[in-house]
Amino acid sequence: MSGRADGSQGLDVAIIGAGPAAFYAAEALLRDGPPGTRVDMYDRLPTPFGLVRHGVAPDHQKIKTVTRSFARVAENPGFRFFGNVEFGRDLTLDDIRRHYHQVLFATGAQTDRRMNIPGEDLRGSHPATAFVAWYNGHPDFQACEFDLSQERVAVVGVGNVAIDVARILCLSREEMEQTDMPRRVIDALSASRVREVHLLGRRGPAQAAFTNPELKELAHLADADLIIRRDEAELDELSRAELEARGDHLACRKVEMIAEFAARPAEGKRRKLFLRFLVSPVELVDNGGGAVGALRLARNRLVANESGALTAEAMGEFETIEAGLVFRSVGYRGVPLQDVPFHERWGVILNRLGRVLDSETNEPATGMYTAGWIKRGPSGVIGTNKPDAVETVAAMLEDAAAGHTLAPVSCPQRDFPALLRTQGCRCVTFDEWRLIDAAEQALGASEGRPRAKLASVAEMLACLDAEGEGPSRLASAAG
Amino acid sequence: MKLESVLAAKGPQVFTTPASASIGTAIAALARNNIGALIVVDEAGIPFGILSERDIIRHFAAADDPEKATVGDWMASPVMVASPADDAEAVLRTMTSRRFRHMPVVESGRLVGMVTIGDLVKAQLNEYRGAVETLETQLMDA
Ligand SMILES: Cc1cc2nc3c(=O)[nH]c(=O)nc-3n(C[C@H](O)[C@H](O)[C@H](O)COP(=O)(O)OP(=O)(O)OC[C@H]3O[C@@H](n4cnc5c(N)ncnc54)[C@H](O)[C@@H]3O)c2cc1C
Ligand SMILES: NC(=O)c1ccc[n+]([C@@H]2O[C@H](COP(=O)([O-])OP(=O)(O)OC[C@H]3O[C@@H](n4cnc5c(N)ncnc54)[C@H](OP(=O)(O)O)[C@@H]3O)[C@@H](O)[C@H]2O)c1
Repeated sequence: MSGRADGSQGLDVAIIGAGPAAFYAAEALLRDGPPGTRVDMYDRLPTPFGLVRHGVAPDHQKIKTVTRSFARVAENPGFRFFGNVEFGRDLTLDDIRRHYHQVLFATGAQTDRRMNIPGEDLRGSHPATAFVAWYNGHPDFQACEFDLSQERVAVVGVGNVAIDVARILCLSREEMEQTDMPRRVIDALSASRVREVHLLGRRGPAQAAFTNPELKELAHLADADLIIRRDEAELDELSRAELEARGDHLACRKVEMIAEFAARPAEGKRRKLFLRFLVSPVELVDNGGGAVGALRLARNRLVANESGALTAEAMGEFETIEAGLVFRSVGYRGVPLQDVPFHERWGVILNRLGRVLDSETNEPATGMYTAGWIKRGPSGVIGTNKPDAVETVAAMLEDAAAGHTLAPVSCPQRDFPALLRTQGCRCVTFDEWRLIDAAEQALGASEGRPRAKLASVAEMLACLDAEGEGPSRLASAAG
Repeated sequence: MKLESVLAAKGPQVFTTPASASIGTAIAALARNNIGALIVVDEAGIPFGILSERDIIRHFAAADDPEKATVGDWMASPVMVASPADDAEAVLRTMTSRRFRHMPVVESGRLVGMVTIGDLVKAQLNEYRGAVETLETQLMDA
């Protein structure tokens, strides 16, 4: 059992990040940790919940109800939240070492993977990460500009994020008015001139990364026809054999649905959403003015490699599609944190089953742990972070029981948040988040929406400082 | 899910051996590191064989003079390898049907990790658990 600098017993843990992995870990620590365990959770944003707030699509409000179970964790007396505190800027590893027995990094994947093809950085070519963060009201991305006056858009990748992006581009005004997107975003999307969205998958229907409910939704949009080429919906021999060997009824159903949608006639809706297979962008072509004007696509066939996995191989045939706006949705990627060992190739914190490793010795670095996307890479749904976080917490508690922790010289309860405030950091507590939450919901209710997001830190803080001055001030803070 | 997300939380270490090492040295390395197989690499670090517990047991039972054996004598070679972008599910299926428990992962000829059948089963289980967990919380809080 760990002692504190003030002589009391208990484990003091700092968690960096407040997404699903952080909350699942806090829940396990407060439930299974030694008596007196306390968790302080820090996030660089004033708002908790990570990608549940800034990733999960705004027209999927039901999924966001998972935050209610996270809010119950926050009610534990051993839990504190400090939002608007960035690790590496407002809080350093030295601060942590002086105050906590253990630290858990759960900072997610903050950037995008590259495609590494010519033209990737032309104007008009954006990572899906930025577009997603923008339409979800992430404060860092509100200045982004997407040229929605373009009629034709390409989305590279066929994962669930690509599907989200394509669907949001096709929503009707009515559908948008049911979401929690910031008003400015709804206005920008409503003024969009986009008529065609091309989703580009490099492998075939049997390998598509999207899940079935997400596909089904695409086929039932109010404003867009889903169009799939029959030849591309048809399975090749290898895929057919693979599907049989897998015996996975969900994958079979996906392939069937794709074939069904390919056979359906278009209904003449306002927009067309083309779902393509077996094509890889090999170049984004300059329109002559430094912006993207088209994509050069290589047609692929599937080949089995040594391990039995099917991969795309270019056949030497090409086609060009015109598009003035491109979203690259080929995966997220973690970014290194100050003084925390990083594994460049995988884009994650260097770790073994959640224990951070010293980059020189590859041995566990005392008191340092990781969970979620920054531990295992950007894959899996919200709930996948639970077994992942539980694995890390088991390692933390095993090490704590063996006395392998940091040796804090002061107590976080005594020094935080005062220390942060003296450094000029306006940290936001969980109770203050509840005020922001209430303000957003009230603003949403006034527009008949579940919530209307505040999309700048200044607006959020203004809304806290307006507390006690009545709802009119709250509404005006929301702009 | 790709093999790279299975490898990401396994640490950077891959345990290798030259073919010239003695079987005794190899057994000691397996025991010390609590692992089930060593990847046999050439001078350039390129994998060309694998020595698993199972290879050791099988050869030991048949050997006249096991003390004199080298890794090169008892290894399985050539070795099947996978790439980080391979679908974990497909690799798991290949390993099950071909009865391999270890698969080295190679990128541009370079060894970047190794996955075991246990790693892949665990990853798949966590994926299912995650989907169930997400659905359950939604139902409970609906
Ligand atoms: C676009 C998109 C849509 C998705 N939709 C769904 C869905 O519908 N259903 C589903 O089940 N899953 C969905 N997912 C997957 C799900 O969101 C992830 O599995 C999950 O959020 C990962 O959790 P995490 O805690 O590892 O990271 P995150 O959720 O990214 O949380 C990381 C947190 O760390 C904070 N942070 C980062 N750096 C610092 C720092 N230096 N200091 C302090 N704090 C920091 C961030 O602000 C963030 O709050 C979606 C993912 C994306 C990208
Ligand atoms: N509704 C939901 O439940 C939901 C919503 C959003 C996200 N999520 C989850 O969040 C995670 C991340 O989602 P994601 O969509 O970012 O990742 P993902 O599922 O890994 O999909 C990435 C897509 O990009 C493709 N791709 C990668 N590199 C490429 C390249 N160089 N050229 C062309 N295509 C390329 C992949 O094709 P290959 O398969 O051929 O590599 C795949 O189609 C996933 O686990 C997802 O399920 C869930």
